[in-house]
Amino acid sequence: MRNFVPTAVAVAVVAGLIAVSGCDSTTVRAAVKSDKERKAAPDFALKDADGKTAHLADYKGKVVLLDFWATWCGPCKIEIPWFMEFEQKYKDQGFAVVGVSMDEDGWTVVKPYLQQLKINYRILLGNDKVGDQYGGVDSLPTTFLIDRQGRIAATHVGLSGGKDDFQNDIQRLLGTSHTSVRTPGSVLAFFTRPN
Amino acid sequence: MKLKAEVRPGFHVNSNAPNDEYLIPLKLTWPGGPVEAEQVSYPKPQFEHYAFSPNPVSVFSGNFQIATRFKAAAGAMPGPAGITGKLRFQACNEKECLPPRTIDVRVTLDVQ
Repeated sequence: MRNFVPTAVAVAVVAGLIAVSGCDSTTVRAAVKSDKERKAAPDFALKDADGKTAHLADYKGKVVLLDFWATWCGPCKIEIPWFMEFEQKYKDQGFAVVGVSMDEDGWTVVKPYLQQLKINYRILLGNDKVGDQYGGVDSLPTTFLIDRQGRIAATHVGLSGGKDDFQNDIQRLLGTSHTSVRTPGSVLAFFTRPN
Repeated sequence: MKLKAEVRPGFHVNSNAPNDEYLIPLKLTWPGGPVEAEQVSYPKPQFEHYAFSPNPVSVFSGNFQIATRFKAAAGAMPGPAGITGKLRFQACNEKECLPPRTIDVRVTLDVQ
């Protein structure tokens, strides 16, 4: 029987994150930006659960809550019922929720999940390209509020704020007020390193 | 051989046997070659309560070790033998989740 002598011990694996920029919080909730500060939301072409292609441009004239999520994301599960309520409550006022699943396993895992949670809004299958277009979706959930002119009005990274914060922002965008306060954000990075 | 893992405070990784069908398990795998992994042993998980789950979630956090028992393949020559495994994991805290990752784990063993 052959024996083994480990000549090199496997290195330690570090899973975690660093916060870049001075913010201690790992989540970001930016208040609705002023008109001047809003930049155009990147368009995309992604498939929905029925195989139809959806473009952000299809929603011009509507306020859109664009939510990047995944079936393996626990905090995402907390927000989904809120978004379902918003979809139901505000759809007739020119509002739509669009979820972008970042599940690598695709519809095989996403479709059963949609049925289990009875999600009432459109879900698209995302990819790295659309994540990069939206600034690099480094953590989930990451949610963008897009105004009727197709501009990003607010960004929520992680389970930031609460249902009321989202609702207040949505109501503001559906209305005519465009006041805002800039909030510095923190960017998250994920890394591994050997010890 | 023991692989040491360290999870940043506040974060956890799903254990090798998460109790939710949608959670991505931690998994250490090794390819075949001059040395083969006979058994991979994971530590006992912790069961933590999070707002997003009605049931406690099976996780690893802090420092933990994964042990692998290797054996020499038939006909393996004595001397150093390198093997590169894959460690897949997915980390979250209470408010956000980071994408699943797969990283290489390289070990050199001395076949005697």
